[in-house]
Amino acid sequence: MSISIIRDNCTGCKLCIPACPYNAIEIINYKAMLKDTCTGCRACIDACGFDAIAAEEVLAAKEDISQYKGVWVFAEQQDGQLAPVAMELLGKGRKLADTLNQRLAAVLMGEDVTGLTDQLFALGADKVYLAEHPILRHYRTEAYAITASDLIKKEKPAIVLYGATHTGRDLAPRISRRLKTGLTADCTGLDIDPETGLLLQTRPAFGGSIMATIICPHHRPQMATVRPGVFPKPVIEEGRKGEIVPVPVKVKERDIRTVVLEVVKEAKKSVNLEEASIILAGGRGLGNPEKFRLLEDLASLLGGEVAASRAAVEAGWAAPERQVGQTGKTVRPKLYIACGISGAIQHRAGMQGAELIVAINKDENAPIFSVANYGIVADLNEVLPILREELALLNSNDGLQAVS
Amino acid sequence: MRYVVCIKQVPDTTEVKIDPKTGTLIRDGVPSIINPEDKNALELALVLRERYGGKIIVLTMGPPQADDALKEALAMGADEAVLLSDRDFAGADTLATSTALGLAIEKMNGYDLILCGRQAIDGDTAQVGPQLAEFLNIPQVSYVADIELNGNKALVKQISEDGYELIQTSLPLLVTVPKGVNQHRYPSMPGIFSAYREKKTLLWSATDLRADLQAVGLKGSPTQVLRIFTPAPTGKGEMLQGQPKEMVRSLVDSLKTKKVI
Amino acid sequence: MKFNLNKEQQMVQKTVREFAEKEIAPYAIEIDKSGEFPWENVKKMARYGFLGMPIERRYGGAGADYVSYTIMIEELSRVCAATGVIAEAHVSLTAEPLAIFASESQKEKYLIPLAKGEKLGAFALTEANAGTDAGGLQTKAVLEGDSYLINGNKMFITNAGVAEIYIIFAITTPGIGTKGISAFIVERDIPGFSVGQPEDKMGIRASKTAELILENIRVPKENLLGKTGEGFKIAMATLDGGRIGIGAQALGIAQAALDASIRYAKEREQFGKPIASFQAIQWMIADMATEIDAARLLVYRAAAMKDQGLRFSKESAMAKLFASKVSMSCADKAIQIHGGYGYMRDYQVERYLRDAKITEIYEGTSEVQRMVIAGSMLR
Repeated sequence: MSISIIRDNCTGCKLCIPACPYNAIEIINYKAMLKDTCTGCRACIDACGFDAIAAEEVLAAKEDISQYKGVWVFAEQQDGQLAPVAMELLGKGRKLADTLNQRLAAVLMGEDVTGLTDQLFALGADKVYLAEHPILRHYRTEAYAITASDLIKKEKPAIVLYGATHTGRDLAPRISRRLKTGLTADCTGLDIDPETGLLLQTRPAFGGSIMATIICPHHRPQMATVRPGVFPKPVIEEGRKGEIVPVPVKVKERDIRTVVLEVVKEAKKSVNLEEASIILAGGRGLGNPEKFRLLEDLASLLGGEVAASRAAVEAGWAAPERQVGQTGKTVRPKLYIACGISGAIQHRAGMQGAELIVAINKDENAPIFSVANYGIVADLNEVLPILREELALLNSNDGLQAVS
Repeated sequence: MRYVVCIKQVPDTTEVKIDPKTGTLIRDGVPSIINPEDKNALELALVLRERYGGKIIVLTMGPPQADDALKEALAMGADEAVLLSDRDFAGADTLATSTALGLAIEKMNGYDLILCGRQAIDGDTAQVGPQLAEFLNIPQVSYVADIELNGNKALVKQISEDGYELIQTSLPLLVTVPKGVNQHRYPSMPGIFSAYREKKTLLWSATDLRADLQAVGLKGSPTQVLRIFTPAPTGKGEMLQGQPKEMVRSLVDSLKTKKVI
Repeated sequence: MKFNLNKEQQMVQKTVREFAEKEIAPYAIEIDKSGEFPWENVKKMARYGFLGMPIERRYGGAGADYVSYTIMIEELSRVCAATGVIAEAHVSLTAEPLAIFASESQKEKYLIPLAKGEKLGAFALTEANAGTDAGGLQTKAVLEGDSYLINGNKMFITNAGVAEIYIIFAITTPGIGTKGISAFIVERDIPGFSVGQPEDKMGIRASKTAELILENIRVPKENLLGKTGEGFKIAMATLDGGRIGIGAQALGIAQAALDASIRYAKEREQFGKPIASFQAIQWMIADMATEIDAARLLVYRAAAMKDQGLRFSKESAMAKLFASKVSMSCADKAIQIHGGYGYMRDYQVERYLRDAKITEIYEGTSEVQRMVIAGSMLR
């Protein structure tokens, strides 16, 4: 077991017990003892005031990792369109590269995608590794994983970032396994440790109830996936120039064991909460599904979208695509109005990055108020109709088009 | 046909709350459950077994109490269960987990289809499935709703953000299954008693797998946790005062001034 | 003396509770209002093996112990007492006696479809003039060659009409009292067998209760259950076990009443605070919790004794007597705690009282239970 209790130092003070997310510490005869459920997460070490908990040092890898330099972003594209998350990651990647005094590169794979390179430079990339080949036209696991892994082995970047999209979450783990390196999923924070130069990867765990900062000290590259909407889009520098590095594509059809036979786009109106700049979200406190119609009304007056808490979706009042939260979508709108939502941590995880948060709830102790910029403690049945009136007045007075 | 379903026993994190006084997790009374998406994966395996026959083996890596999760899976209809439990497996990140699971699967008497839930509700990474497929050097398809088998060929329905795709591939194959693609069944009453009275769990340690101890558990994990903290609430903003009409007016004015609406 | 559930029982409890909350609870109010028989609920229960819970695996059952079966009835009744009794009458009153008294060929033909939930079962003892005095029944069965000719009317039969397999009690030898009664396995769709109009009941309204009219029905002699003259013994042995089932049903209703009361007491505010902070309400909750716990111990103790092969008639009588009383008292308190809302049909709590009442009456009235207990004590 990697964590051990130094019994001589342990005073049985019990400070470690609540710090453990896995309930793995118990006090027996006034000394702390670790249970089988310990996962080695080390949360207890910080909590101990008596230096009574120690962690084994993990053996270093054999490879010389100092050769690895550079920050890369996987520039996900589909049908010649750059994924918004890739733009966001270039923004963040630029900052990381500047802190490390290293260069930022985008990895662009596909067919007929050369046209995107200008956009990638404008977003901050110094280099674009361009792998163009018919075999890469549509995303397929082996084609992309083999090509990207070979490229990484050759060019040795220190950091590689991917969007946590269907594609990213399929590709990044495959690459991490091939390269036997670390991968952290769904990061909400990426920073450089000023002392060690390591990438500090912060992400929610335990359903969003706690945050963990992860490092990958002895393996390279350090890889992370990031959900769309977590980082802001960077400022575009039109006309910025950079270096295009063509990448040889050695993968053959016979290496690829999956073939896409048919792509079916379904008629259902897809909801794009991640791109909405105004969101009205409803929770259990709305009381019934009819109130959601009222929210829709308000949303169209504001030019925004309707979202829902998990409780409302499970009650059948809103479609699952509208769910915001740890098990739903992460959103960063300009304005988020939470109606009848208590604001449990699992919901806040999905919306606390919004620029301006308004909360309306009749319970003044609802946790949502701890993240709200404006709070109204009142009955929704009174407030919503008044809000509707005021907004309708606004629209007609100013003759404004609904802001979108 | 041999189906291997990988499951994980997790705390029911959707029920976890934070103690407002200490800022720490309230874990008491949070039950352990089978990770919900693993149940969707098991349900797909059960449906395929009904269609094509075969045997379902459930596999998990965890402490001894993870056997409860295996028993529930057996009660739902799985045929055999394997528990990987050993101190040397503890502290594993997803890479080290995929190593242990991969070694276990290779030790089994062959396999055709591996099914995993898309992601676990405690780690939330969705990485083990793809890493396991790469370890075994087999193709993977994620977000799978259904599979049509024809000898060695598999036609897989993959859900995409705006519809679905039909993917042709072959066995052996690994698929990950998200929630919402099926309604997983409950354990049946006969299933519960058969799980506890007839079906046994095979227990494998690191030695049984002849695992390289540097490749599993904490030692085999490139990523490490530096620290864990509870997200600090950002502090209350402005609580509006007065009658509803006044509060709404004041709100709308503020939003207008900030040019948000 | 251990009071914990073992792992199998814990899984049964967890599974049935989740099943009941997701699959049965959403329709409970609706079927009580309409009185419509819940075939969907029956199909779902059959699919998961609920309807053959304590029956041996080789006859299509789950091979469960009686404690597990009791847990199942409690959890079902907690969300819908009508569904609970539909299952209980089918298992305790029809499948169980076949499991104990039927011949191999009878089990093949009748027990297996019951255990698998392919057909529903019913128990027909009571008549218009023979309730508590069950021995005073008047339905007659006369042996004529290869079959028995049966005539008579049965009253207040649970699952009447929806069941396809019935255990019917009739006099084969008149004039010698209860020793002249025999039991028969009767299939619904035989000539002369008809079912009266469903009764319009105070509670458990979705459960079908009606009269059976047997006019010259012919039942093959192979369908005699047990020996001639054994009928009363079979009926009494069956009701011994049934008492535990009804005790569990009453317990489920009482628990639902308590859960609803606690939820409401925490939410409802008067004088600026939740009513849960007032001692009057606190004492009601304390009393409800205590009596439910006592009832629970009685019910499960009886079930455990049955599992251990011990005689349990007195204990099961105590369990039903006490649990049914507790269900009435808790349902009443629950309505009181809910105040005006408790009286409104939209709020479910009033249904608990209407459902609870029957537990003091059927499968042996509380008076009969007292007779059994006194008889045992004063031997």
